[in-house]
This record gives sequence, C-alpha cells and structure tokens, in this order.
Amino acid sequence: MRRLAVVLVALAAAAAPAQAQPPAGVARPANETALSPIDLGAALYAGNCSTCHGVAGRGTPDRAPSLRDAGAQAADFYLRTGYMPLNHPDEQPKRGRVEFSERELRALIAYVASLGNGPPIPTPHPQRGSLNEGLRLFTSHCAGCHQIAGQGGVVTGARVPPLDQATATQIAEAVRTGPYLMPRFSDREITPSQLDSLVRYVQLTQHPQDRGGWGIGNLGPFPEGMITWLLAAVVLIATCMVIGRRLGS
Amino acid sequence: MKRFFLALLAIINGFRRRRSEEPPGPSGPIVSPGPPAPRGAELAVAALLLVAALLGVGFMFVYATESVGNRTQWEGLTLGGAFLFLAIALITAGKHLVPEEEVEEDYHDPEHPSEEEAIDQIVRESGSRITRKKLLITAGGAAGAAVGLAAITPALTLGPLLDTDELRDTPWRRGLRLIGDDGKPMFADQVEEETFYTAFPEHAKRDLLGAPVVVVRLPPAQLKLPPERAQWAPMGIVAFSKVCTHAGCAIALYRKPTFAPTQPRPALVCPCHYSTFDPARGGEVIFGPAGRPLPQLPLMVGSDGVLRAGGNFSGQVGPSYSTVRSRGPT
Amino acid sequence: MIRRAVAYLDRGTGASPLLRKTLRYAFPDHWSFLLGEVALYAFIVLVGTGIYLTLFFEPSLAKTTYNGVYAPLRGMEMSQAYKSVVDISYERNAGLLFRQTHHWAADVFVAAVILHLMRVFFTGAFRRPRTLIWTIGLLMLFTSLLEGYLGYSMVDDLLSGMGLAIGYGVALSMPIIGGNLALAIWGGQFPGVHAFESRMYIAHVLIFPALIATLIVLHLALVMRHHHTQFRMSPRATERRVIGLPAFPAQTPRSLGLMLAVAAVLFLLGGLVQINPIWQWGPYQVAQGTNGAQPDWYLGWLIGALRLVPGFDLTIGDYTLVGNPFWGGALFPLVVLLVLLAVPAAERRLTRDGSTHNLADRPRDAPGRTAFGMAFLTWVSLIFVAGSADRMYVFLGLSYEGQIWFYRVASLVLPFVAYFVTRRVCLALQEAERIDAERELAEAEAAAARLPAS
Repeated sequence: MRRLAVVLVALAAAAAPAQAQPPAGVARPANETALSPIDLGAALYAGNCSTCHGVAGRGTPDRAPSLRDAGAQAADFYLRTGYMPLNHPDEQPKRGRVEFSERELRALIAYVASLGNGPPIPTPHPQRGSLNEGLRLFTSHCAGCHQIAGQGGVVTGARVPPLDQATATQIAEAVRTGPYLMPRFSDREITPSQLDSLVRYVQLTQHPQDRGGWGIGNLGPFPEGMITWLLAAVVLIATCMVIGRRLGS
Repeated sequence: MKRFFLALLAIINGFRRRRSEEPPGPSGPIVSPGPPAPRGAELAVAALLLVAALLGVGFMFVYATESVGNRTQWEGLTLGGAFLFLAIALITAGKHLVPEEEVEEDYHDPEHPSEEEAIDQIVRESGSRITRKKLLITAGGAAGAAVGLAAITPALTLGPLLDTDELRDTPWRRGLRLIGDDGKPMFADQVEEETFYTAFPEHAKRDLLGAPVVVVRLPPAQLKLPPERAQWAPMGIVAFSKVCTHAGCAIALYRKPTFAPTQPRPALVCPCHYSTFDPARGGEVIFGPAGRPLPQLPLMVGSDGVLRAGGNFSGQVGPSYSTVRSRGPT
Repeated sequence: MIRRAVAYLDRGTGASPLLRKTLRYAFPDHWSFLLGEVALYAFIVLVGTGIYLTLFFEPSLAKTTYNGVYAPLRGMEMSQAYKSVVDISYERNAGLLFRQTHHWAADVFVAAVILHLMRVFFTGAFRRPRTLIWTIGLLMLFTSLLEGYLGYSMVDDLLSGMGLAIGYGVALSMPIIGGNLALAIWGGQFPGVHAFESRMYIAHVLIFPALIATLIVLHLALVMRHHHTQFRMSPRATERRVIGLPAFPAQTPRSLGLMLAVAAVLFLLGGLVQINPIWQWGPYQVAQGTNGAQPDWYLGWLIGALRLVPGFDLTIGDYTLVGNPFWGGALFPLVVLLVLLAVPAAERRLTRDGSTHNLADRPRDAPGRTAFGMAFLTWVSLIFVAGSADRMYVFLGLSYEGQIWFYRVASLVLPFVAYFVTRRVCLALQEAERIDAERELAEAEAAAARLPAS
C-alpha cells in the first residue's frame, strides 16, 4: 500500500502541470464600457470565438461547429461553466474559471442567440420535481457516465465531469444541449416536468443524505479501500508497535 | 505380535516421558515480581476504566433517546470510545502493572520417527489376515466411488447442469413491439439522433438477461452494417443487447460527438470494464476486453409506426461460454 | 476464591496441568507478530455484528414496494433483501452502526490477513515446521475473499448486482464447463432463480464462516504446537529455545487490549465514516449500471486484471475455448494462490535447505526471497492499482486508455526492476552491517592492545 501511495503521488505530480496551466485569458475591446451590449457581444465574439466558430457563427469545417442554432441555451452553458473559450479545438472542454464579467457574458450570450433560432435558456423548477422520479431517470439516463451519486466518471475517450458544481440551470442546459460527448435529451424523451425531477435529484447528490457519517466522496469501494489502508491499517499497525517490541530495542 | 507390543510400549513410554517433563509443583514464586509499578499507573488505569464505563452508559443513553440527531455517529462514538478506553487501560496495565518477565521453553521437535514407524506397523499388521488385497481394494474403491457419486448427484437439482440451452433464451420474437423505459411503445419517428433509449420486448419480464436493448439512431449514411443486416436499421435506428458480451454488465453509456471532426465517434460503452462498441458497425468492439460484438436486434417498423423486432439477436446475449458462437439465440 | 474455581474446573475436567502450562506459554515479543491477532479480532467483530444483522436481513428476491423514510426510494419496486438493508440502515436502532462496522471489519480483516501474510513471507516463517500453517492461512484468505464478495452481493443494490453480473461472466468463461457451472450456481440464466439469494445467504452466514472458523482453529492449534517463530533478540533465543512473554500475566492484557483496540477502530469507523451507502445506489436491475462501479478493495486486483486483458476470446473455429473474463477473473487469482502455495517447497528446492527453522529471518538476510516477494507484490499491486484507472482519470486527468497501456507494460516490466533493486538494497544493508561489525571489532582490538601498554 506504501507502493500505492507512492504511485498516487507520482501520478499527481505528473498531472499537476496539466491542471496548473493558466487559462489563455480573454480578449476585450479597448473601449468596452462605451459599447452597447450588442456591439460588445459582437466584439467579444470576434476576439474570442471567431477563430474556430467562424464569422457570424458559421463554424469551420475541421475546428468547431456552427453556432447558428446553438441559441442562448448552449452559449449560456458553455460560457458560464468556463468550458469555452477553449485553448485548442481538439481538447475536451472542462469546467474552469469564467473570465468574462457578468455584463460581458450577457452580451456574448445575446449575440450568439441572435445568430439563429436556437433555444432560450431553460428555467427548471426543481422544487416541483419528485425525488424518486429523479432517481429513476438519473439511473437509466445519467448514472452510466456520471455515477449514481453524480461523482463523475469515464467514458472511453473522455472524462465525465462530476456534477457537484452544476447549477439547476446548467443541469437543464446540459440535458438539452448534450455538451461534448454527452447525449442530447429532447423534451420528448425527458419532459419538462421530468427534467424538474432530474434536477432535484442532482441537487440531492450535491448534498446527499450521508446518514453513515463522513461520506468520503459517495464513491463506494474506492475511497473505502483508501480508508482501510491509510487510516485503519496505519492506526492498527501503530497500536501493534506500541504493544510489541521492535528490532534493536 | 511381539513387534506390536514393542511399538505400544514405545508409545506409552513417549507419553510417560512427556509427563515427567512437566514442571514441579509450586515451591517458590513462579511469577517473578520485578520492581514495583510506576506511581500513578494504577490510578491511570482505574481512570481509563471509569471513562470506558461512562461511555458504555452513554451508548445506552444515546440508544434509548429518540431525539438525538446523528444517532449513528453518537452511537459509534460512545461504543467505539468505550472499547478504545478499555483498550488503552489494558495496554497500560500490560506495559506497567504486570510483572515484566520472560519465560523460556523448548521448541518441540516436530518429527517422531519411532511413532511414525509404529503407526505404519499397526496399519500393516492389521491386514495380516487378508490374502486377496487387490480384490478388496478394487471392490472398496468401486463402492466408495459409486456411493460418493450417488451422494453428490442431488447437486444436479441446483440448476440445469447438463443442458446449457437455457443460456440461449431471449424473450425477443419477430413482430414483438419495443417498449420504452416509460412502459410505452416506441414510435420509430419519435426516435431521435444523438441520444439513446432503453427498450424491452412487450409482455416480457424486464429482469431477463436477454430482454433489455439499447436503441440509437444514426444518420443512415454513417451506418456500415454487414451486408446481411442491411434491412435491420429502418430510418437508421439500430438496437443492440444492453448486456455486455464481456462480463454481463449493462451498457449504460452512450457517447456521441457534438462536432465529429475533432471528437470521438459514437460508441456504446460498458461501465464495468469500459468495453466499447461501435453501433454504426454492427456493435463491433473498438476498445476494452470484450471478445465478441454486441448482439444486434433486427428492427422493423409496423404499420402502426411502432418499432418491432424483425427476429432474434444476431448472436447469443451475455458473456461468452463454450458454445456461444456456434449456436444462435432462441 | 481462585483456588476454589480452579479446583472445580480440575475436578470436572482434569485440565489444570494443561491450564498451568498454557498460562506460562511463551509468546515471542515483536510488534509484527501481532498482525495475525488483528485479523483474528476483526473476525470476531465480523461474527458478532454479523449475527446482529441476520436478525433483520431478509434474504429474498420477492418484489416489494418501498414506503420507508428515505424519500428518493419511496414508491420504487425492489427486492425484500434490498429493502430490509435500507431498513436496517434507516429504521433499526443502531442498525446502521452494526452494518457499517460489519463492512469495515471485512475490509480491515482482509487487510490484516495480507499484512500478516507479508510478515510471514518476508521473515521466512513459512518454512518447516510451519508449512501447513502457511497453507491453511492461504486457504483462509481466499475463502474470505469469496465470503466478502457474497456479503455485499446479497444486498441486491445496484453495485452488488453489477458485481454479480461480473461473477456470472467469470463463471461462464471457464473452459468447457463454464456454462454448466454458471447455470448450476445461479439455477438458470442470470440474474438467476430466487433461490440463488438463499444460496448466497446460507454460504455467507453459515458455510463459509464455519469453514473459516475451522481453519482458524487449525491454524492456531498448529501455531500452539510449534510455538511462534522468534527474532534473535537475545543470545538465549535460538533455533531450539523460545524466549517470550508468558501468556499470563504479561501477554493477556496486551492481547485483550489489542482486541479492544481493533473493536474500537471498527466501531468508530462504523459510526463516523460511511461505507457502502446502499440507499444512494438504488436497487439493481439487469438493464442498469453506474460508472465508477468497483468491488470492495480486496477484489480490486481482479477488476484491474479484467480491465487490462486485451479484448479477445480464445476460440477454435466456432468453439469458444475460454471466455475473456477467465484470464483476469479466474486464472490470475489462481496463479497467485498457486505461487503462494508453492513458496515453501520452492524455497526448499532453491536453497537446498529442508531443515526446520524457528528463528525468523530479517528480510535483508534472505535477499533472494525478499526480492522475489517484492517483485510479486509489485506485480499484484500494479494490477490492483490499474483497477482504479478510471477514478484516476476523473481525479487527475490522465487518459484512461493511456493508463491501461501503461499498466499493461509496467506490470510486465516493473516486477523485474523491483527484484533487482530489492536484492541490491538487501545486499547493501548486509554489507553496511558487516563493515560496522568489523570496525567495532577492530576498535575493540585496538583498545585491548592499548590497555596493557599503559
């Protein structure tokens, strides 16, 4: 198990540079405060998005999709989670710091929405949903990738994000847009009221009923094994060393 | 006979010698007293024991009090704490109150050649009246084998031990409608791309290995099914067994690219060992430990617009076993 | 008072000579000799908490509808087995404490057994006359793995159902008889007949515990018979003479203290750290699965092996000789077991030393054995760690496929590295000790030479 710990540290060290990479930063127009929201949105789009998504959201064939019908729904999700802008078109978008200010976000989302006839930002009502319907839907549609308690996971080719930071709106947006490799669920497959239940369930996973005590990540056996070895085994070995003699003593 | 007695004598002698090795009765002190215990050790142990007693009472109190919040935690703390203080008290007593002494003993010699010899002799001599040894051994062997086998034969009742045909069973038949997770029939024109559905055969139990299928719809141009399955995917809709051919977990993951040029192609993935199957190519394995493609269910659209099975799966459902490839599903 | 109690016992059993001898039985003193005791005490906690749980657990797959206090499950159809465990967790006073303590005890039990096994291996305590004790211990370990698997499998939550599916896949994959074997165990196609639950239950609460208890008794009786090995901590400790603390009074409070310490750790964990919150997983259905599903840690090496094996079934024409899960799920643990079983005989062969050993080696004193042990441990550990590659991807962002390839290569290469490094380290330690000893000897001689001159 010492070996495991060493491996973990080594892996962490190897991964650290990838995590620590600073976001590339965003390009802002010089006279930002003087611009109207529409002009600001267009300027931010030109500076931060158009290299890949093309002029007026037409997309580029080998870099990024068209945004014509992405709508405010997708723009709001990708921008407020920090998924966009991406440093490189081939990498998986991941949650990060949002570099835009609230005014800039609104302007940019409104601009993207104005490019076509995309869906608006959804407004889920989790308080109207039911937890057991939510659990049932989450198990059959989401748990395969996101883990039954929303702790994220793996699909071959991509890391599936944990849902601990997702807001109600973002959950609804993700269900409807299907970001990156995630399936896209229309309101025929998951009705608006079912979506309310789903959101309510995801919110429960963010504050799960850990009746048993410290939840250790709600991941099951993996952290349980860590506790067994790094806590229980260490304490018991120490107890043995208190009771018994040591070589050389 | 004489040797037999000699052997017996040897055994008895061994016994007696063992006995005589026992230490003599108490004449002086047996436990070496050692220096007096450090001051305060007794008080410390007594205090620890009292804390343990208090925690024990505390546990009973928590147990009996309805209104305690986080009850499991308080119960664990009090009961575990009681054990903990008892443990500390005992270890302290063991280290400081009990005389420090060492005892010595001999390691026993594990082998007793003379007794081994005696046992061998007993067995050999016990057969001195037998002349037809081989016959008796053969007969005894036959009896032992037959009765032994007879005794374990009822184990066959456990399951269909000899006939593995049951492994081929699936509830799918040509013409059966696909019923969605919500219990409603699936209409072909309502099946959308970029998502996945779980479906079951109508009128069948859902908890059968062969029942669940995962349904996805792909642009027909992207489908590269084997030629004999050309008619299996009406409107680009394909269905596969939802049970992984590797170890039987549910294929609960579907990945689909938002932007195909830079992202991985659509795939069905098993969450247990990440076997990855290509729905466009008839369920063939593109990553992971699975050794067989996912069995594909032929689909057709009924006159009512509902998706129906066009027959049984392309291969047997579930993990591989000896005749999984040579026989089809039933 | 004591005299009268002993007299009563003696009159009834004639056991006082035996008792007297037992009281002064010598326990060689070293902290690592207590690891096996930790396992024993965890087993006692397992039995105690387990009996409590059987009073409330209902081993039945009959369907029922949940209407208890945990809101997300309300109205859901589930098996009696699963419902009764949710009820133990939510509605039986102290039920969750005992359930969690039971589960932690299982995790800690196997950990303690493995630590104990490593101690026995690296000190050469498996040598004659203790070879049979080693064999019994190994059988106990592998029985315990199965026992633990049954324990969390019969709860019928989402994770346990997925684990059973994999067990079914491994059973099916056995050469030739796989199909028959799986059908016999499950009584039919997965998820099996309802009686399958009863089969798991009786195996978990009676057959395997009785087997393990019997093996424990044999194991301890043989240890008693041969006495414990000892380190040469004093010149009086030799191959023929054992030096140690008397069972009574010195060892008794220590052992009891350790037992209570084990109970304390397990009950504190049981009350404070959540384990297997089955209400969060939901009930199992064949068509459902969750990401990040793993077995309890002590079967993690098997999921690692199952994931590392490249995708193929061994076939001759259309006949499937071996299904893929066989390699990682059956052959791999079998190889590990057989190698460990073969250790005593193999060492006798290689060292041409068949004599009895009561003195324990320090690991450095047997560089070949220690190096082999570290290599073997590295091999199994790497495959074990590979089983968590998916979570490592989530936590650290290392690509899953990349990790799988890394572990495939590493598990073949690093054991050899471990072998040579360990051997070098052992020899270097020996060399350092030899130099130290020579210097001390020279200094003593020099001092002795100076003395008469002055």
